[in-house]
Amino acid sequence: MVRTDGSGNSGSLIQVRNLTKTYRRGSETIQVLQNLNLDVDKGEFVAFMGPSGSGKTTLLNLLGGLDVPSSGSITVAGDEITHMSGSKLTEWRARHVGFIFQMYNLIPVLTAFQNVELPLLLTKLSKAERRKHVETALTIVGLGERMNHYPRQLSGGQEQRVAIARAIVADPTFLLCDEPTGDLDRRSADEIMNLIHRLVKEHGKTVLMVTHDPVVARQADITLHLEKGVLVEAAQRAEILAGGAA
Amino acid sequence: MKFARLIFANLFRKPARLLLTIGSFAVALFLFVFLGVVSDAFNRGSDVAGADRLITINRTSIINTIPLSYRDKILRIPGVKCVTFDNWFGGVYQEEKNFFPQFVIDPENQRQVFSELVIPDDQWKTFLGDRDGAVVGAATMKRFGWKIGDRIPIKTTLYGLAGQAWEFNIDGVYHGKRPQDDETQFWFQWDAFEERVPERLKGQIGWYTLRVNNPDDSPRIAKAIDAEFANSPYETKTETESAFAAGWVKQFGNIQFLIVTIGSVVFFTLLLVTGNTMAISIRERTPELAILKAIGFSDRAVLGFVLSESVVIALIGCVGLLLAVIAVPALSGVMAGMLPTLILPPRVLIYGFVAALAVGFASAIIPGIGAMHLRVVDALRRV
Repeated sequence: MVRTDGSGNSGSLIQVRNLTKTYRRGSETIQVLQNLNLDVDKGEFVAFMGPSGSGKTTLLNLLGGLDVPSSGSITVAGDEITHMSGSKLTEWRARHVGFIFQMYNLIPVLTAFQNVELPLLLTKLSKAERRKHVETALTIVGLGERMNHYPRQLSGGQEQRVAIARAIVADPTFLLCDEPTGDLDRRSADEIMNLIHRLVKEHGKTVLMVTHDPVVARQADITLHLEKGVLVEAAQRAEILAGGAA
Repeated sequence: MKFARLIFANLFRKPARLLLTIGSFAVALFLFVFLGVVSDAFNRGSDVAGADRLITINRTSIINTIPLSYRDKILRIPGVKCVTFDNWFGGVYQEEKNFFPQFVIDPENQRQVFSELVIPDDQWKTFLGDRDGAVVGAATMKRFGWKIGDRIPIKTTLYGLAGQAWEFNIDGVYHGKRPQDDETQFWFQWDAFEERVPERLKGQIGWYTLRVNNPDDSPRIAKAIDAEFANSPYETKTETESAFAAGWVKQFGNIQFLIVTIGSVVFFTLLLVTGNTMAISIRERTPELAILKAIGFSDRAVLGFVLSESVVIALIGCVGLLLAVIAVPALSGVMAGMLPTLILPPRVLIYGFVAALAVGFASAIIPGIGAMHLRVVDALRRV
């Protein structure tokens, strides 16, 4: 289940309570997220939509421990991350979060294999075990035959698949995808979405994805809209928009 | 070691830039070693100086002579073990560029005073019996391709003998016991010299070198010698051989200061070049560093990567030290006559190595700290 009213129970994988994020720009204070609540159970696939500047990426950064909120709390699998130190948060990210970015963000001087192996270098796995995990991850994304290719030798869709393999290789608790198809053509985008869908359905992954594309968002179990700093479901959104029009 | 691949992959990202940076290190280290070798050559006098040796020269300057008759008076001073004397000949072999030090020596006491310069007894015996004989250091023999038995003309412009060529028979070759001993000298006998110089120079020598029984007595003996000849037409100045050598080097100016200054400028420039290279390299990779941090690499790990890259460049740049090891003996031959024999002391190589590592580390520390404090969210926005 996914809830945005703060009524979720403590069994949810991700619990966000009263999350607020403000920025200062000169003397101006910009409130991006206000008292936002969210509960996501394991194995859910959630899409976030909203206009530019609505705070989608900020929310993703907060959920991934890349940024700290102004107030409120985020609890993932029982760990409250909002009060962790920088180094603890780094360790936590390595164990729990898989990131997939719009621009793939692969290291160009490393092969696909080496890029996917990066998160495993932080574990105590042996070289042979790392190899096995990397090969499995690359096979899942359909690039088992391209593991020795450099990013420049791959298409955009293939690069994103390597990025997905990198995100899943350490078996994180959940995946955060920031516009994963934003830089791809429709066909490649469909392939990537099919892959993410498979990760959810066949491998039980929990995925939180930001997108502008309604076609992509439809693949998710639920689409949440960020409106004026709070999350609303589609039906509520229609009410808000109708109210605004009235 | 599992991070080595990542470090080396980043290192070879821009091969031309890597090559140029390594080249900067290599050239700087080569220059550093060369300066160190030159400095060592100028200061070697202090190293070769015997702790129990004193030098007595004319108080006015070393180019002024002192009487040979002082020898017996010096020997009578308590604590003096033995005395020898020398004169500078100042000649060249065939042409001006073939300069090397020639000394008129006192054959009777030379070997007692300079016991570290070794010559086989049979060669020494031949030399003593040959009025035109000469003993030559191994380095000079090698430089000119001479061999025992050769007859060598030496021209001097001193002693009113302008342009005259004196011919000598090479009777022996001496070697130094230690690597730093000077093997460039050319010795010939006092009697042969004195019989050919003008009357006014007969009985005049350049300087005395004496050995004392106890080096602790050196200050007292030096004082006693100078007091003995005070208020005479030829007042003397006596000092330890190492003090004399240091004073000799000072005549060329503050060589040490010059060398340290040039060396410092070289390394400071290298620091700027490498620091700039590392800063550019880090700036280019900001999003990649952000990704590493996002997927769980710690701030310290990122700092470690940056420092490691720079230190590896410095280590590869140490090829400049190897080049110096090869080049110094060759340069020594080329610069013979202009500079004392060039020897590469191991400590100069160690200093060079340490300096390279220090520059490698220092040049990356600021970019590294910048990378360490990089905020992932800000860096990803730059993609």
